[in-house]
Amino acid sequence: MAHSEHADHAEHDHHGPAHGFIQRWVMATNHKDIGTMYLVFAGLMFLIGGAMALVIRAELWTPGLQFVDPQFFNSMTTMHALVMIFGGMMPAWTGLANWMIPMQVGAPDMALPRLNNFSFWILPFAFLMLLATLFVPGGAPAGGWTIYPPLVVQGGANFPMSMFAIHMMGISSILGAINVIVTIMNMRAPGMTLLRMPMFTWTWLITAYLLILVMPVLAGAVTMVITDHYFGTTFFSAAGGGDPVLYQHIFWFFGHPEVYILILPAFGVVSEIIPTFSRKPLFGYESMVYASASIGFLSFIVWAHHMFTVGMPLAGQMFFMLTTMMIAVPTGVKVFNWSTTMWKGSLTFEPPMLFAIAFLFLFTIGGFSGLMLAITPADFQYHDSYFVVAHFHYVLVPGALFAIIAAVYYWLPKWSGHMYNQTLAKWHFWLSAVFVNVLFFPQHFLGLAGMPRRIPDYATQFADWNAVSSIGAFGFGFAQLLFVWLIISCVRGGEKASDHVWEDTHGLEWELSSPAPYHSWTTPPSDAVILRGTTGH
Amino acid sequence: MSTHAATHDESQYYVPHSSRWPIIGSMSLFLLVGGAVVTLNGWGSGWSFLPGILGILTLFFGWFHDVIGENQKGMFNLAVDRSFRMGMMWFIVSEIFFFAAFFGALFYARQLSVPWLGGEGVKPFNKLLLWQEYSPTWPTNGPGAVGGHADGSFETIPAFGLPAINTALLLASGVTITIAHHALRAGHRGILKIFLAATFVLGFIFVYFQGTEYHHAYTELGLKLSTGIYGSTFFMLTGFHGLHVTIGAIMLTVVWLRVMKGHFTPERHFAFEATAWYWHFVDVVWLILFVFVYWI
Ligand SMILES: [Cu+2]
Repeated sequence: MAHSEHADHAEHDHHGPAHGFIQRWVMATNHKDIGTMYLVFAGLMFLIGGAMALVIRAELWTPGLQFVDPQFFNSMTTMHALVMIFGGMMPAWTGLANWMIPMQVGAPDMALPRLNNFSFWILPFAFLMLLATLFVPGGAPAGGWTIYPPLVVQGGANFPMSMFAIHMMGISSILGAINVIVTIMNMRAPGMTLLRMPMFTWTWLITAYLLILVMPVLAGAVTMVITDHYFGTTFFSAAGGGDPVLYQHIFWFFGHPEVYILILPAFGVVSEIIPTFSRKPLFGYESMVYASASIGFLSFIVWAHHMFTVGMPLAGQMFFMLTTMMIAVPTGVKVFNWSTTMWKGSLTFEPPMLFAIAFLFLFTIGGFSGLMLAITPADFQYHDSYFVVAHFHYVLVPGALFAIIAAVYYWLPKWSGHMYNQTLAKWHFWLSAVFVNVLFFPQHFLGLAGMPRRIPDYATQFADWNAVSSIGAFGFGFAQLLFVWLIISCVRGGEKASDHVWEDTHGLEWELSSPAPYHSWTTPPSDAVILRGTTGH
Repeated sequence: MSTHAATHDESQYYVPHSSRWPIIGSMSLFLLVGGAVVTLNGWGSGWSFLPGILGILTLFFGWFHDVIGENQKGMFNLAVDRSFRMGMMWFIVSEIFFFAAFFGALFYARQLSVPWLGGEGVKPFNKLLLWQEYSPTWPTNGPGAVGGHADGSFETIPAFGLPAINTALLLASGVTITIAHHALRAGHRGILKIFLAATFVLGFIFVYFQGTEYHHAYTELGLKLSTGIYGSTFFMLTGFHGLHVTIGAIMLTVVWLRVMKGHFTPERHFAFEATAWYWHFVDVVWLILFVFVYWI
């Protein structure tokens, strides 16, 4: 019996957590401790990035300039994006990977534990540097998170700070991704074949490949911007034979796969949660794996859909339009499989399931508006409008962020050993789900009506929907405080969670006790345990 | 049932208990880029790099010292060895994509943006309205004739001079390291020592020649980092490559010192192989560079 095995472990195990804050956390090597640090850091960054979003929505509450000057407004849009993407989303996924992948594949820990801690500890320093730009002469970067030259080259003291902060984040991501790949490829229990792996591990494996291939390209782009600014290179200056559009190609070669880096693990989480609460195996497990891999591949050949308006040759526009639309095929396979998993299942609506179902509907809305943007001639209208803002926020907030929240609600009892207050969590869900739509849906209308993005002031005909959107923003923002409170109180105590936590769970993590033992699988799980864990497929 | 004290046990995957190197590493990295920020913003002199550089050196020395010590004590089983191998492989892949960004810039400039600046293809108005005088031939420093000599002209380095010699040096070093590897596996430590030493000596000679080439370019040819897109791509590609050769040669030197101390067995020599892979990667990058930057 796996459970008794692990009860034994707890007694023998003289390798429990180290004593003392520095020993345990700063010098950590344990995947759960490092995962926790990643998640706490991500939560902090979500709050900071969220506060910046509220500054933006407060300013846009009515036409005219009321709270901040335009320069600071632009800093807020730039910093909000950088903090949310590199400080919130990516560390949150890496934290979940740290916690779950060794448990899901039957490994004692991550493959390279010290490297793992290095990946984490780079981040606080990187964000110290990025956030410090708020206090230097000239203020924080305000040229947009995409740091396009020539505008970005005009930045003041913030310029080298933000550039090197991005370099540090890149190093952290690359090292983290190497660790994930090595853990999955080398540390699986003997019976854990690739096609028995849980979907979360699968999607993270593909994500890690994307990270290794595109983060260095971002580093290259950032390096070229730095040398153009300080050392006289002319990569992005036409006078010297370069081209500012070249920057956009290099950046979006990173940038498009980056959005799949943010969303693929979300696909994995939803693929774990929907079967559990439908009490049915995941429909089309293998097609899910292949669809994820196809999305990963296609993400490398669509980047120029972000730059249809720069004056590309027609053949380029056609190519990137068609490849972009092709992504709808594997994504459609996924949505179909999730819906089919629920079909005739005996569904219950615990908090993780609620967020997963909301993901299914709302992410699909974001996917459809993405298809609209993929149509080159239509994109000439939508480009740089609030329609784009609405599109990617639907993909990232009720998409990726809801999946992160769902993952926390799904696995938190396994981590802490306690069940949280499910009634309050359902309140958190309904407040979030309603306000997120109040927040972002009107932005579609604003964009179609012609409101450009990244402006602190706007024409009066946009006033009504902006006000609605701002109400949604504050509602959504404050609803998340409930989430923070729920997590803290769940970690501190509460009703004891069983080892399987939910009624119909599959996967090796549920074969460990709740809370999970400090070292996950010091002895690899037997074939029988693996099979019991994976009968879901 | 396993016991956990037995970290020497082949079935146990070694998980270090706690380590100070990650935090020292991230703080050193912060100090290093902090030094860059201070220097670039004019807040202080180039000396502000010093703490970061010292920190990074301490980091590499200390971290590798620990890992090599653990390895010599036999704490790593085959699974740990495999993790190191895979980690190094994927690190090299990430390096390939870093170079890909710069090669991409080179190909984009040569195939697309420079012809467009001369009014070719879909951009006739560049010629008609902006730069009537400009003829888009490679090498170029752009319609603005940026950098170069006082009159905007510059010369390039012919492929079949020093660059060809450098190619021969690197290819020869690829052969010597392979001979050294075979010697290590066959247990011929004498041959191993000689050919490994030959490898890093060839590497350092390459770097020296590269330095003289740069000096020549800067002082006589008018070819500088700021000489338009040709100078930008030339120096960034050869410069990052030269940096990697330097790092690789230092790695080879360290491995050689370890060989002299009697480390590595015919079966287990991860550090040697990792360095060899890195060296071959640097070699291949040079070949692509030689063809597309110097030759055609
Ligand atoms: Cu895209």
